[in-house]
Amino acid sequence: MDKPLTKNIEIGRAPFDFKQYEAAGGYDSVRKVIKMEPGDVVNMVKDAGLGGRGGAGFNTGLKWSFVPPPDGGPRYLVINGDEMEPGTFKDRLLIEHDPHLLIEGMITTCYALQAQTGYIFLRGEYTICEERLLQAISEAYDNGMLGKNVAGKKGFDLDIYLHTSAGRYICGEETALLNALEGKRANPRAKPPFPQVSGLWGRPTVVNNVETICNIPGIVANGVEWYQNLGTGDFVGTRISGVSGRVINPGCWEVPVGITFRELLEDYAGGMQDGYELKAFLPGGGSTDFLMPEHLDLPMDPGAVQKAGSRLGTSLIMVLDDKTCPVGCIRNLIKFFAHESCGWCTPCRDGLPWVEHILNKMEEGTGSLKDIDILDEMTRYMGPGNTFCALAPGAAEPLQSGLKYFMDEFKAHVEHGCSYN
Amino acid sequence: MNNLIASTAVKARELTPEEIKEIEHEKTHYPYAQAVGLEALKIVQKYQGWVSDESLLAVSEYLDIPPDELEGVATFFNMIFRRPVGKNVILLCDSVACWMLGCDSLNEHFKKTLGIDYGETTADDMFTLIPVPCLGACDRAPVMMIGRETYYNLTTEKIDEIIAEYKAKG
Repeated sequence: MDKPLTKNIEIGRAPFDFKQYEAAGGYDSVRKVIKMEPGDVVNMVKDAGLGGRGGAGFNTGLKWSFVPPPDGGPRYLVINGDEMEPGTFKDRLLIEHDPHLLIEGMITTCYALQAQTGYIFLRGEYTICEERLLQAISEAYDNGMLGKNVAGKKGFDLDIYLHTSAGRYICGEETALLNALEGKRANPRAKPPFPQVSGLWGRPTVVNNVETICNIPGIVANGVEWYQNLGTGDFVGTRISGVSGRVINPGCWEVPVGITFRELLEDYAGGMQDGYELKAFLPGGGSTDFLMPEHLDLPMDPGAVQKAGSRLGTSLIMVLDDKTCPVGCIRNLIKFFAHESCGWCTPCRDGLPWVEHILNKMEEGTGSLKDIDILDEMTRYMGPGNTFCALAPGAAEPLQSGLKYFMDEFKAHVEHGCSYN
Repeated sequence: MNNLIASTAVKARELTPEEIKEIEHEKTHYPYAQAVGLEALKIVQKYQGWVSDESLLAVSEYLDIPPDELEGVATFFNMIFRRPVGKNVILLCDSVACWMLGCDSLNEHFKKTLGIDYGETTADDMFTLIPVPCLGACDRAPVMMIGRETYYNLTTEKIDEIIAEYKAKG
């Protein structure tokens, strides 16, 4: 099976430098794309059916197509590498082990978008990624893949800069990210206008996830049909999926889109550790609804997971085992979201700490049945439609599904506190 | 914490030549100087260990960003320290995967061996312990960072070894 995202990755060896990367077929998509019309590249990516890998899954080519025609002013591509969704560690893998793939994807994408500047917004804590990206960018300049007349194409000028952040989950929200990049407090912006029309400094901007852009070289170099055949059945492409928690072999791997959760959990992650049983799992990060063992045979596809009442999110699943308290797990997630709320919208700023307070009481055994009703009410108060961005609605997801699947445990906590170790 | 920014008693300090050189380099990446605000605070912190009021005002004056706006950025980000920290900042991940695999017991271990809880600094100013949201290495949990180094698959024994190395370095 072709593994376009990880073919150059070998854990334990240094990532390919420019020459090694090029020898392995790297930068072919740049040489090909400069002979194409930018609009044809956008259509190609749209037809391929690549969905954004940051969690929302929107068709990437379609997102690009909303950028208005060039007016002579600046246009930007911004890479969202602010990976901070609890349980998610895929962009780290891609950048640490094959930084040139991201740079190649950015160059090809900037050609399609007719953008002259690309920014990589990287999580500040990803220090190895930072060093390797700076090295890769520098090599790309030295080899004529960045700067004036990229790959010898007259008039195709491109600069790529690395911005390292300083730790705030909200910067993963694309409009908050743009504010952060402009040097402002990272509050989300009202939409519309969407960034494609009015983004960085009010100019047309596309914000894409790291993994999304790492898919572009393969699609452009090998074509739509090749890409679509990578998935299982009717599903298209490959994606990085992974498992954390008490499994035998936690990690993340490039898998065909459409394999089942069970395949990922058993074939790749080796199943549960001895003495632990699967109680539930979060399918794609801390802001997705719990799924139960009966959902293991669902394909890892956004549509299928949505029908089961959750979201595929980042497709890195987190396993809740039978010896870990589900109420404590939800409390931990809520504590994270409460801490990371930017404070702009009341349901998020006030709602999350309130939920955290109630869950603390539950763990200590001082909660009441009335508190369970309040938690239930809070899932609606923090739900979609009440806030600028998806932070609070996302935080409500593990809580609402937790109340659905673990009501007995919540009630037991009211009676005698937490009985797990 | 005293908010000295409002006080006229605090004056901007001089930025060092190294700080200015790095800030100038960052400025070439953006069309507007305000965009460099966070990077400049990080540069200052790299050299000074933390961002004092005097440093904040210096960056504010240098980049012509109003101090309250820059303070809004400085206090927003987890990794900008507006209070003095020890020589080595230990960032212990306390998010869900690390929590499941026992980060609370590691926190207890730090309390016992270094005598510090979250937000505290050892008396010799060697270590500050801070919880950090998900470090994105959940397959190798529990995880922590010290400075720019990340440490994986932690146990109390492993932590003792790592801390001993930092102590030996002085």
